[in-house]
Amino acid sequence: MSEIRFPIEAGHVLMFARSIGDPNPVYADGILAPPTFVQASAQFTPDYPLRPKIGEPWFGSGREATGRPPRSEQSSSSGSSGGGGGGGTGLHAEQHYEYHRTPRVGDVLTATTRPGERWEKQGRRAGKLLFAETITEYRDQDGNLVVTARGISVRTERAVEQP
Amino acid sequence: MMFEPGTTFSAVVVENLTRTQIVQYAGASGDYNPIHTDEVFATQVAGYPSVFAHGMLTMGLTGRMLTDLVGADRLLTFGGRFTAQVWPGDDLTTTATVAEVSDDGGPPVVSLTVSTHNQHGVEVFAGSATARVDDA
Repeated sequence: MSEIRFPIEAGHVLMFARSIGDPNPVYADGILAPPTFVQASAQFTPDYPLRPKIGEPWFGSGREATGRPPRSEQSSSSGSSGGGGGGGTGLHAEQHYEYHRTPRVGDVLTATTRPGERWEKQGRRAGKLLFAETITEYRDQDGNLVVTARGISVRTERAVEQP
Repeated sequence: MMFEPGTTFSAVVVENLTRTQIVQYAGASGDYNPIHTDEVFATQVAGYPSVFAHGMLTMGLTGRMLTDLVGADRLLTFGGRFTAQVWPGDDLTTTATVAEVSDDGGPPVVSLTVSTHNQHGVEVFAGSATARVDDA
């Protein structure tokens, strides 16, 4: 169980809307946040393993093709969307949102994340698959539920074979 | 009567997806996983043919089609599975089909089956959404 503070800021929403190719003025003008925007709360997660940290080695390429292994492979912490790289790969398998209301610019959300179910499956194209569910509740400054998110990540034994 | 069961809506949500847009999404979302942002790592370490898009970029592109259809403040639920990887150069089209319109006395709720597929006809996102609309 972890809790983070997630302020919805106009510049962040503008950048996010651009990245998904959405020119709707309600995002560019800093009114509402797009339906998948809460995923960007990763920016405010202090130990998020898929962001380079100041002064720490990163597992992407520099002089060599890889640096250190991702933290999610060093320990079995309950990262919210798996890790990446190595022989197997952490991938996002499913994402589901329930909107209690539309998140707005100016909201200061509190995201509370808890692990859900875990299960295993034998895959055809990537070896053994380890699925893990994560549930995150986003509440506003008044304590009211805004979005409930349920993500499922899968860690594969090896890279997914291409058909 | 726009939202009749069986009615299908469709829109191209990206054409010739660029590596730069994938990096743009990484920067905005905060997910800098090198399998999405670092061609050297993706090919030489992770063993993929190239970098590929975040599932959540595909879902974000798909969501844009839905909010264009029903309005930016109308969604009640939106979810789905990432069923195939999305690669640089892909063209994606989202289709939303009205499955049901329910009316419990208040404003109607439209249930949509949502599917995004690539230029080869392969489904990359399979999901659903519900939205409250003024008038079905």
